Amino acid sequence: MYGGGYIFDESASTELDDAKKLEAFEARIEAGEKIEPSDWMPAEYRKQLIRMIEQHAHSEIIGALPEGTWITRAPGFKRKLALMAKVQDEVGHAQLLYSAAETLGKSREDMINDLISGKSKYSNVFNYPAETWADTAVIAWLIDAGAIINQVANSKGSYGPYCRALERICTEESFHLKYGHDSVVFLATGTPVQRAMVQDALTRWWKPIMHFFGPSDKISVHNTIMMKWKLKMASNDDMRQKFLDMYVPKIWDLGLNIPDPELRKDEATGKWHYTEPDWEEFKRVINGDGPCNRERLAVRKMAEEKGEWVRRALMKQDERYITPLA
Amino acid sequence: MKENSTIKSLDPRITRADIPKDGQLSIDIKPLDQWQTYEVFHQEKKGDHHSHVGSLHAPNPEMAFLMAKEQYARRGRCVNIWVVKTSDIFTTNFEDEDMYTTNDDKMYREAGGYKVMDRINKYKKEHKKKEAVK
Amino acid sequence: MSSEKNFGLSEEQTKAVKNLILRMADDELIIGHRNSEWTGLGPILEEDIAFSSMAQDKLGHAQALYNILHTMGEPDADTIAFTRNEKNFYCCHLVEYPIGDYDFSIMRHFLFDTAEAVRFDMLTRSSFQPLANLAKKMRGELKYHTMHANIWINQLGKGTDESHIRMQKALDECFPLALGIFEPSDYENVLSESGIFDGEKLLQSVWMDITAEVMEKSNLKLPDLDSVTPSYGGRKGFHTEHLQPLLDEMTEVYATDPTAEW
Repeated sequence: MYGGGYIFDESASTELDDAKKLEAFEARIEAGEKIEPSDWMPAEYRKQLIRMIEQHAHSEIIGALPEGTWITRAPGFKRKLALMAKVQDEVGHAQLLYSAAETLGKSREDMINDLISGKSKYSNVFNYPAETWADTAVIAWLIDAGAIINQVANSKGSYGPYCRALERICTEESFHLKYGHDSVVFLATGTPVQRAMVQDALTRWWKPIMHFFGPSDKISVHNTIMMKWKLKMASNDDMRQKFLDMYVPKIWDLGLNIPDPELRKDEATGKWHYTEPDWEEFKRVINGDGPCNRERLAVRKMAEEKGEWVRRALMKQDERYITPLA
Repeated sequence: MKENSTIKSLDPRITRADIPKDGQLSIDIKPLDQWQTYEVFHQEKKGDHHSHVGSLHAPNPEMAFLMAKEQYARRGRCVNIWVVKTSDIFTTNFEDEDMYTTNDDKMYREAGGYKVMDRINKYKKEHKKKEAVK
Repeated sequence: MSSEKNFGLSEEQTKAVKNLILRMADDELIIGHRNSEWTGLGPILEEDIAFSSMAQDKLGHAQALYNILHTMGEPDADTIAFTRNEKNFYCCHLVEYPIGDYDFSIMRHFLFDTAEAVRFDMLTRSSFQPLANLAKKMRGELKYHTMHANIWINQLGKGTDESHIRMQKALDECFPLALGIFEPSDYENVLSESGIFDGEKLLQSVWMDITAEVMEKSNLKLPDLDSVTPSYGGRKGFHTEHLQPLLDEMTEVYATDPTAEW
């Protein structure tokens, strides 16, 4: 589950790269070819890709925590099994994405260290709490819906291993989306208690959902080179518009109230109007000051520490580490 | 005392884990902590070739199998899995792709390189003419 | 009504079968819940995924077993699983304990799943068809579970000094609890005489043989059977302090609105 708002390095510099190789590289991308791990690539391309895939991987493993909050309390067999399978998939996605990032030369160990120290980032939304069971339903439906929009776009990007991982991830996310929608529908069409629960959850999650695709195009750094290299396939605002277009009508169908009085579609332009999300809060939360940042990282650290003796017991010191092939 | 110094989470599992509130957020995961990498190949049905589906981290082949089975075959069809240590796979680089580029020129290796119908038809035509002259 | 589908069983046999299924299903439900707690928090990503799959399987087994009870006139699976209090639960003590560290969880996983696999293998020959059918269906899953458990016990038992010590301690701790799996029920004779199930005693002896062999290969020492007191009581509704809080947690959402469909 990952949206937009990748934190790219601002200084995209290609000066040091061989001009001819760069030209050939860009021509390949232009022609729709995929770049593979052993191909020549500009240093900046590698750096930005590692950062991007790593953030995505971290988002998956941290994303397992808000929904995991309800794993021991899911009501009934059907929901319990589905939630476990869903959270398990998020762990599986982290596994696939860390492997894709590794093909570029950064080890999983280094990535975990950077996650826990706060050096690398993950999606903002997972720093918000899942206060009730209904939060997990809203997350599974709408956050995963947003993630699919982003991931489907990125699966048409330029880096082979990332695209392949995303294809598999998107297939699994479609189960999450269905499961999430099903859970929300049962709550929204259920008893008054259930309905109130899901409305509260939607009200709480609307802000993180609007933040999910990253800062508005008006204020975000222009990533022309990232677009040209097909690392970023759609602008943050375009993805947000697409999300609103697909899901607002479905939310309204259930008679749920979206907490934004400005929200409406301009039929003439086909664009949605909405209250501009608070991008200062977005930055604050990304930089560590959200409601759950500390807990999320402390939990990851605990899990790594608790597992350390297990990993060490099976480790062979005379082995060497080779990055995965593809 | 304990309640105040450890994280009280919405997640009962986390509350039970007694994580100190003021713990340092850094960790030193050493090289090889996550073991080696293995490549995973699966066969969807008997009679098919095995195909590459991804990689994973494992300390040895048995473990690699245990992990491949759930990461790469928990959904969909699969009848068999191979796991191979990444370092045991020999590959060519894409910069040597030109080694393969003349394949299309070698028509003597292809069924399509042998087209004799024109010749047969020409022969038949001429043969008929000769018959007619007789 | 309760005998609307009695599968040709006498009243006594019906009671015996229901008790057997409930004991098995409660074990599966509770260990499934416990093991699910590792999801997202496992020792390494790949194992996290594998262990979660097996916890899902356990819950699936519980559900399938409660479904058999449902066909025998009992309430549906969710109602049986999520509305009883501890004195009406018949799980063994082994499954009730918190997850602890991975040594405890993986040792419990081995001891439980080995017994489960032997039990279901015995049940493939049961005269009670629904159980025999289910047992046959689950064979493949259980094969993976026991393979997983055996490899882990072996590698951690023979890993580092630290892992060896931890696993030995976990074995010592779990062993008396695991013997509680085989606490005889009031129906042992009925079950074996009618060919439904050959009994806890036989199950325990097969389990002991397998367990002893795996532990020996893993450099671990099985406690002397005569020196330990089996942790009995679970099968009669007497539980450890851990069960009721777990049931409360498990049913927290379900109980907020018992009339609701979730």
